[in-house]
Amino acid sequence: MELTNYLYLAVILFALGATTVLLRRNAIVVFMGIELMLNATNLALVTFARMHGDITGQVLAFFVMVVAAAEVVVGLAIIVTIFRARRSASVDDANLLKS
Amino acid sequence: MTVSGGETVLFWVIAPLMVIAASGLLVVRRAVHAAVCVVFVMISLAVLYVAQEAPFLGAVQVVVYTGAVMMLFLFVLMLVGVDSADSLTETIRGQRWIGLLLGLGLAVVLCGVVASATFRQPVGLAEANAVTNPVALARVLMEHYVVAMEVVGILLVTAALAGLVLTHRRRLGAKPSQKALAEAKVAELPTGRTLTPLPAPGVYAQHNAMDAPALDPEGRPIEKSVSRVLRIRGQERSATELLTAEETLVRRELERPDDPVPSVGPASGTDGDGGGAR
Repeated sequence: MELTNYLYLAVILFALGATTVLLRRNAIVVFMGIELMLNATNLALVTFARMHGDITGQVLAFFVMVVAAAEVVVGLAIIVTIFRARRSASVDDANLLKS
Repeated sequence: MTVSGGETVLFWVIAPLMVIAASGLLVVRRAVHAAVCVVFVMISLAVLYVAQEAPFLGAVQVVVYTGAVMMLFLFVLMLVGVDSADSLTETIRGQRWIGLLLGLGLAVVLCGVVASATFRQPVGLAEANAVTNPVALARVLMEHYVVAMEVVGILLVTAALAGLVLTHRRRLGAKPSQKALAEAKVAELPTGRTLTPLPAPGVYAQHNAMDAPALDPEGRPIEKSVSRVLRIRGQERSATELLTAEETLVRRELERPDDPVPSVGPASGTDGDGGGAR
């Protein structure tokens, strides 16, 4: 098996995450799509580290994980705040700036 | 470096399952089911990391993603309401097809990039991992990425503070005292509020569960003796049905005088227990 198969898997997962962000309305599910995209990137980074015999790719994946954890905290806090104010977690309902 | 046969089998077993679980994110209606799909994808990714000579990242993946991040997701789902199903009405016409087309296009373009790129012969991490994977990672991290580590630490502290500040709710009025609460309850008496606890559910000869209403002195069922949730769900039992069932049972027993009564033993002779219980 070629190592590029891992890259194809990462690409498919990334595309599925992006499609989730485009299609779903529930803000939490949209957020899960973003997490899926970050995970797919990590898989590609780990595969690249193995291809080149250089462990720096894994260090980069590690940093992505840490930043993703911070991002989740802030994002979910924003979702909770919006839900408290508008009683809805749908991304369609947050249209305060619409004329 | 060559990929072992075991890893090939592992990949071809796990990868299709991961793709199926990830597509579940697109079709599943409830957010909780989507969360379960994502948890499956993340655990499978941890397995793939371990297979790809990154055991430390595999452990971190399980601890950070499935342990912390997805639990946080489930907590927020609990706050927002588990039942909040997605509305499928389109606010932008044709958004579904445009989104699917864009996602498919992204997959095709990225696959094309991977297919057209030339990769050199894979090296493998046997040499880099000679001092075990976590030690090798720590060396790179502490030699070349110390500043980045510090910045990420600051980022984490900032994010924790942001989470606190964003979800903090300032109290607008004074905290109500016990006296004020009692007065408010009494003031609500004319609107039908009761001061005493609600009546307990009914106890019947054959039935004493939460869903049976109690009877008032005139034999009418008391509505408030059954939990509001059960009433709204329509899972309340009707008192007349329970009473009719009991009556028919008693009548059937009385109409068979020649049958030996099963509950009274032949040795006891007296009808103290058996007769009294009925």
